[in-house]
Amino acid sequence: MPSYTLLGQSALSGVFIGALYGLLGLGLTLSWGMLRQINLAHFALVFLGAYLTYQLGAAGMDPLVTLALIAPAFFLFGAALHLLLARFKVNALNTLLVTFGFMVMLESLIQWIWSADFRRLESHYGDVKWKVGELFVPLPELLTLALACGLALAVWAALRFTDLGKAMRATAEDAPIAAAFGVNEKLLSLLLSGLCAAFAAVAGMCLALSHTLAPSQIYAWIGVVFAVVMIGGLGNPLGPLVAGVVIGVSEGLTMAVTAPVWAPLVSFSLLIAALLLRPEKF
Amino acid sequence: MRFVAAAIVLGAVPFLGLPAFYESFLYLVFHWVVLATSWNILSGYSGYFSFGHAAFFGIGVYTTAVLAGKLDWPFLWTLPFAAAVPALVGVALGAIIFRVRALRGELFALLTLAVTFVVSTLVLNTPVDGGPGVMLSAVSIPKLAPTVSGTFYLLSLVLALATVAIAYAVYHSRFGTGLFAIHDDEAVAEVMGVPTYRFKLAAFALSCALAGVAGGIYGVFVSYVTVGETFSGFVALYVILMAALGGTRHWLGPALGAAALTTLLYVFTTSDYAVAGRAAMGLIFILVILFLPQGLLGRFAHRKALPRRNAPIPSAAPSTKNMESILVVRDLSKAFKGVQALSHVELDVRRGEILGLVGPNGSGKSTLINLVSGHYPVDSGSIRFEGRELVGKAPHRIARAGIARTYQIPRPFPHLTVLENVALPPMFGQVVMDRAAAEAEAWRWLEFTGLAGKALLQPQHLNLHQRKFLELARALASRPKLLFLDEVLSGLTPSEMNEAIRLIRAIRDQGATIVFVEHVMRAVMELTDRVVVLTYGKNIAAGAPGDVMRDPLVITAYLGAAHA
Repeated sequence: MPSYTLLGQSALSGVFIGALYGLLGLGLTLSWGMLRQINLAHFALVFLGAYLTYQLGAAGMDPLVTLALIAPAFFLFGAALHLLLARFKVNALNTLLVTFGFMVMLESLIQWIWSADFRRLESHYGDVKWKVGELFVPLPELLTLALACGLALAVWAALRFTDLGKAMRATAEDAPIAAAFGVNEKLLSLLLSGLCAAFAAVAGMCLALSHTLAPSQIYAWIGVVFAVVMIGGLGNPLGPLVAGVVIGVSEGLTMAVTAPVWAPLVSFSLLIAALLLRPEKF
Repeated sequence: MRFVAAAIVLGAVPFLGLPAFYESFLYLVFHWVVLATSWNILSGYSGYFSFGHAAFFGIGVYTTAVLAGKLDWPFLWTLPFAAAVPALVGVALGAIIFRVRALRGELFALLTLAVTFVVSTLVLNTPVDGGPGVMLSAVSIPKLAPTVSGTFYLLSLVLALATVAIAYAVYHSRFGTGLFAIHDDEAVAEVMGVPTYRFKLAAFALSCALAGVAGGIYGVFVSYVTVGETFSGFVALYVILMAALGGTRHWLGPALGAAALTTLLYVFTTSDYAVAGRAAMGLIFILVILFLPQGLLGRFAHRKALPRRNAPIPSAAPSTKNMESILVVRDLSKAFKGVQALSHVELDVRRGEILGLVGPNGSGKSTLINLVSGHYPVDSGSIRFEGRELVGKAPHRIARAGIARTYQIPRPFPHLTVLENVALPPMFGQVVMDRAAAEAEAWRWLEFTGLAGKALLQPQHLNLHQRKFLELARALASRPKLLFLDEVLSGLTPSEMNEAIRLIRAIRDQGATIVFVEHVMRAVMELTDRVVVLTYGKNIAAGAPGDVMRDPLVITAYLGAAHA
């Protein structure tokens, strides 16, 4: 039996990685659940955001400041992608295929500019670490957790309490009916799609702060993030964060108690059990 | 014939003395043809998207790796096991997954994705692999062709041809029709007699087995297998992309998509501009999907109707109206989350009659039909049809016993033609027919309902009146003993209504017993022999139409109590 300190540290790092899963999943769950677009390009966008943060960081810019440049640019990209998908009335399955095409193109772009080698952002955030009791709390991860919680709660509250959010939910449920009640369905979808891409920029910055980057790593995140999105419930902004933390912590504890290699087995067995026992909850 | 000729030409390739490169390249093409086509048999045909094809492919790889690499079995002998093990895993998984009624496509996709992670973790951390991978270079390759690469070429060619032939056969068969119906509307398919659970399991098993064999061959071909390579996300992703590129509703679509994508990948990754090539591939992908959303073969995906051949008109069974009850419902109750839709309902339907089932909106008429047809489970009570209990039976068994229904809001299978829609129930009815016989039968009922001119269109091209008649034709085509008509007249114009009334009379004259649910009182009075009235889920009256309509309870139920 490992010590409590090790268990605590493992659980904490599980929370941190879970927050990153949740941050990556936020844009995906909104576009899948509310726009019926399964956006593989989201993963490539996250990495593009991370590389841009890395590049600007190398030029001496603070990662949080770079976000002010990258997020609006990504917003425009997301809106443009939506215009394309809406113009061709692409169905849910085919959005998966079209965005796969974009993912491959973005991956090529990244590899062309930054090569296939590993890159690591050096920032002053990376050196900051606090000791709380026996546990180490690194600043980049804490920032990720704060951003993940903040964004998820903000989106949740906006969807629930603002008129704009209510109109968006109505559009997601039944676009023609919402339009008949005077909701500007096209504009809202454009806005939402842009926001999802902007969230990719935020996730990208967090990724750059805490992880080493390589273009091939894009594919490594797809499986677990999709799982987090589906467990959390499509279209539910809090879902990916909660599911991400659950998976992250269960992975972390499994690694501490047994060998690291068993981690996926535990989290996905949990998922399968949950699906089979409570299918109505999903 | 063309198929055989192509097989012979392709089979001769290894004996031509071409450079081994061509054989290896074509091997890869065939490999992906098998994977994409096998994926499509479940996911394309029935619409249950699997993100876990890599799991079953990988189980096949490791079955052969263990048997041939570690236990020194002869390579070819391992292949049946490379098929059987994944198929068994698939069936075991399917037996659990497909029992969960609420499981929608997305959840199936997620579960299969999760299975990939679980299987790969198990393989990685047990003696099956253990981490370092399995070397298979010592496995002796049977000499089927002059060269080793030629042998792999021939093996994969045979498997690819077999897989495409299976996909072709399924596509044109009764089984395939059932899968396409599941794709469009699973609940209706089940009520029309399709054993949906068994069909999904069978398709899943077939799909897993073929992927497993491909895996068994592939493992020895690459001669060194690792968990990371075998279970990578690429397999799952590529098979979906290939099938979608070629067209999931065509038997040849995935094969074509596989050939195209494998070639593109190869050309671009081996060229001097590999990175630009990949980007170009992404662009091509986007353009194909935007401009050909049904895939390259999507336009040809409609199954050709067999040559038209009318079934002989059956000797109309004389309508033997008698006192014997064909359907006896006793003490039937059903609640939906506290709303008592039916309470202690009794119903007797006599052979050969037209029984009117009337009552205000929300009185439980449609619920009653849904219970008899098995669409909803019964809370309590009994439903006996020709003396046999129906409660607890699967809907397809009830259909097979000779009960058919129409839907108040027509629910045709949107991607099947009108002819295919009507030919479906006879394939799964009391007497199982093959596709040819069923289509002949369908033509008969299309003539009968005046839809023969629309037979080769999809239901979206029909107006409401034609859709209602399509519902009728579909219900009739199974030659039911007992037919439930759920508001077939609502929304029709007076002249269309007269036509419908004439049809219903003709149906009864062919010997069917009819339960006629309707709000149009003129039709009820004209057509029915007896009337049963429900209100708030309870029986309130039964008898001859004229008497019942004068019953003060019935008048109150419809018009409210007089306050004078």
